[in-house]
Amino acid sequence: MSSRDTDWDGVRLHVVTGKGGTGKTTVAAALALALAADGRKVLLVEVEGRQGIAQVFDLPPLPYEERRVAVAPGGGDVYALAVDPEEAMLEYLEMFYGMRRAGRALSKMGIVDFATTIAPGFRDVLVTGKTTEAVRRKGKDGRRIYDAVVLDAPPTGRIVRFLNVTNEVAGLARVGPIKNHADLVSGVVASPETAVHFVTLLEEMPVQETLDGITELRGAGLPAGGVFTNMVRTSGLPEAALDAAAAGRFDPMELALGLKAAGLADGDPNAAALAEALAQEISEHARRTELERQERVSLDAAGRPRYELPLLPDGVDLAGLYELAESIRAQGAA
Amino acid sequence: MRGSGSDSGSMVKNVPVLDLDAIIDDPGTRIIVCCGSGGVGKTTTAAALGLRAAERGRHAVVLTVDPARRLAQSMGLSELDNTPRPVAGVTGEGTLHAMMLDMKRTFDEIIEAHADPERARQILTNPFYQSLSSSFSGTQEYMAMEKLGQLRRSGEWDLIIVDTPPSRSALDFLDAPERLGRFLDGRFIRMLTAPAKAGGRSAFKLLNAGFGLVAGAMTKLLGAQVLKDLQTFVSALDAVFGGFRARAEQTYRLLQAPGTAFVVVAAPERDAMREASYFVERLADERMPLAGLVVNRVHLPTAGGLSAARSAAAAEDLEARGEHELTAAALRLHAGRMQLAAREQRQQEHFASAHPTVPMAQVPAMPADVHDLEGLRRVGALLAAQ
Ligand SMILES: Nc1ncnc2c1ncn2[C@@H]1O[C@H](COP(=O)(O)OP(=O)(O)OP(=O)(O)O)[C@@H](O)[C@H]1O
Ligand SMILES: Nc1ncnc2c1ncn2[C@@H]1O[C@H](COP(=O)(O)OP(=O)(O)OP(=O)(O)O)[C@@H](O)[C@H]1O
Ligand SMILES: [Mg+2]
Ligand SMILES: [Mg+2]
Repeated sequence: MSSRDTDWDGVRLHVVTGKGGTGKTTVAAALALALAADGRKVLLVEVEGRQGIAQVFDLPPLPYEERRVAVAPGGGDVYALAVDPEEAMLEYLEMFYGMRRAGRALSKMGIVDFATTIAPGFRDVLVTGKTTEAVRRKGKDGRRIYDAVVLDAPPTGRIVRFLNVTNEVAGLARVGPIKNHADLVSGVVASPETAVHFVTLLEEMPVQETLDGITELRGAGLPAGGVFTNMVRTSGLPEAALDAAAAGRFDPMELALGLKAAGLADGDPNAAALAEALAQEISEHARRTELERQERVSLDAAGRPRYELPLLPDGVDLAGLYELAESIRAQGAA
Repeated sequence: MRGSGSDSGSMVKNVPVLDLDAIIDDPGTRIIVCCGSGGVGKTTTAAALGLRAAERGRHAVVLTVDPARRLAQSMGLSELDNTPRPVAGVTGEGTLHAMMLDMKRTFDEIIEAHADPERARQILTNPFYQSLSSSFSGTQEYMAMEKLGQLRRSGEWDLIIVDTPPSRSALDFLDAPERLGRFLDGRFIRMLTAPAKAGGRSAFKLLNAGFGLVAGAMTKLLGAQVLKDLQTFVSALDAVFGGFRARAEQTYRLLQAPGTAFVVVAAPERDAMREASYFVERLADERMPLAGLVVNRVHLPTAGGLSAARSAAAAEDLEARGEHELTAAALRLHAGRMQLAAREQRQQEHFASAHPTVPMAQVPAMPADVHDLEGLRRVGALLAAQ
């Protein structure tokens, strides 16, 4: 539709995973907004029954129904869907088997709940099935209904099992419709139309999980996407000052002069003490920055495109979400 | 010193201080459970308390769940092993053992302990069991509790420190065993096992027409083999489940015993503090003994009390004049830091006003991750130095 080149042209299913709490839901929502910019239509899907999408867009809980939740920059629509495995199962039974009554009986007896509990693979195949259906869905004109689908997926520790549905249900259902359904899902998920993105912080554990996740994904033949480094803190401190501070060679003298110029210190001893205290903060910051640099190096070794999203100092509100979307676009991820 | 933390500007006013040394030194303390929402520092706190307790003379064991890799290595933990190993490098009279929970293995061991070999084999090789034991949400919590029960019964340690599994909600640790129990006791499971109990032939004949319909649908969807696997699994499991339940209840009671101390860990952020609040209330409902709240990764105010507002205003002034760029940037950094400290302080005060009797301890955010014994020792000292 537009002539902008992005890193993920041709990708229609964007799966967003990451360690718990790193910002998967936030990044998925911002990515959906970015992808929908300039008149496109994007579906944002969540699958864990937590109403995270409603929360980020500040809306009442979403039903099991695709509805428009936001207008993208430059026009364009973000639709959202909170997939409920039970509803997906009923829809599926009715659509393919005309089994309405049996479906309701299954549901009433708590069997769907049972089956999806004892065998999360069943649950996964239902929700990924619904998602890939939305990816493939075509309008009367033969064109896809959605330009892209963004999936706010389970965390890194579960992502491969979640996406590798064929494998997961293989032990349970060797033949039959569930198996066929799983194969259909795999056809989409393992194709170049899909990219699995990771959200991480510049900290040891999430970075390690990201690297492990990418390796595991590759091992399973699934397409790794980009890495979104979230909540990145920046300071206006010049590199030279940070290097000096990290090496313990930072001279607070200049700060003392600045503090006096700013009228913050009365008298030299006072200025020196304050400068010393600020220098202490700078050296802590420098240390943190150095560790973050190392985490970046580790991430870069995975060879995936990397994007950085700023820490929004007052948390994520709607305006903040658009700001993150803008940043995603500026970096060419959408 | 004990008493109110009001003498230090960094602490929350008029709140009792959590004295962790008193708790780990008390020989009556037999179990410490570290819980809290995801990523707040449960594993770090558990390991740090274990090390400190050992170095103060206890014979302690730490049960960790999914520790960071470098931390696990520094404690000599290998993933392959579901039993406590001695930790090298501990000084003093006490000893420290540590282990990493292997949930599937723990589950397998329960089955082996409660079923005859033939039945155990049937269960262990069943695809439904494999799915349940490796991915039922709650299995990890249940197995952590089971392992705690085992360590306690072994009588080998005088202090057991338990880390709890990563989960969004701290409550999962208390709810999961019940959830697994409810599930295994559920209507559909009873239905599948009914024929065996009634001595009947067919699962489906005995039951109402609704079930026939359901069985038809399931067969159509999953194939007949699946239903058969499921039935085999459920009836085999049913035979061992009585034992399961009794053990879970026993461990649950252990958590209510006076020798147990719950340490709730939180980060000074809204979501984590809210979870901590729920958890504290829940412990009271369950009559489980709460030691207090550890607020971890706290940013304390710094630099001689220069306020965020004055700092930011001065930075703006310097920027407008185009002078002293370095100082301006340092002042911006400081303003951000002070804002963060104030926000965190408010979160803690909010908690304290809702739970004025819950003792609190703060651990500052350190510039680097905690991944070796030296780091744990430092965290232990900070935990104790309130
Ligand atoms: N760039 C950011 N700046 C500031 N706050 C952020 C940013 N990204 C996310 N957050 C905040 O961090 C918290 C966690 O974010 P989010 O819910 O998106 O994470 P998640 O990975 O989906 O979590 P979960 O694993 O619980 O699903 C939220 O409070 C969110 O507002
Ligand atoms: N006071 C601290 N200062 C700096 N880093 C810390 C501090 N406490 C913990 N960390 C670091 O934070 C990360 C998360 O800590 P930890 O693994 O203990 O959390 P957890 O609550 O067990 O997480 P999970 O819910 O994933 O099990 C680790 O990398 C750890 O080193
Ligand atoms: Mg989320
Ligand atoms: Mg942990």
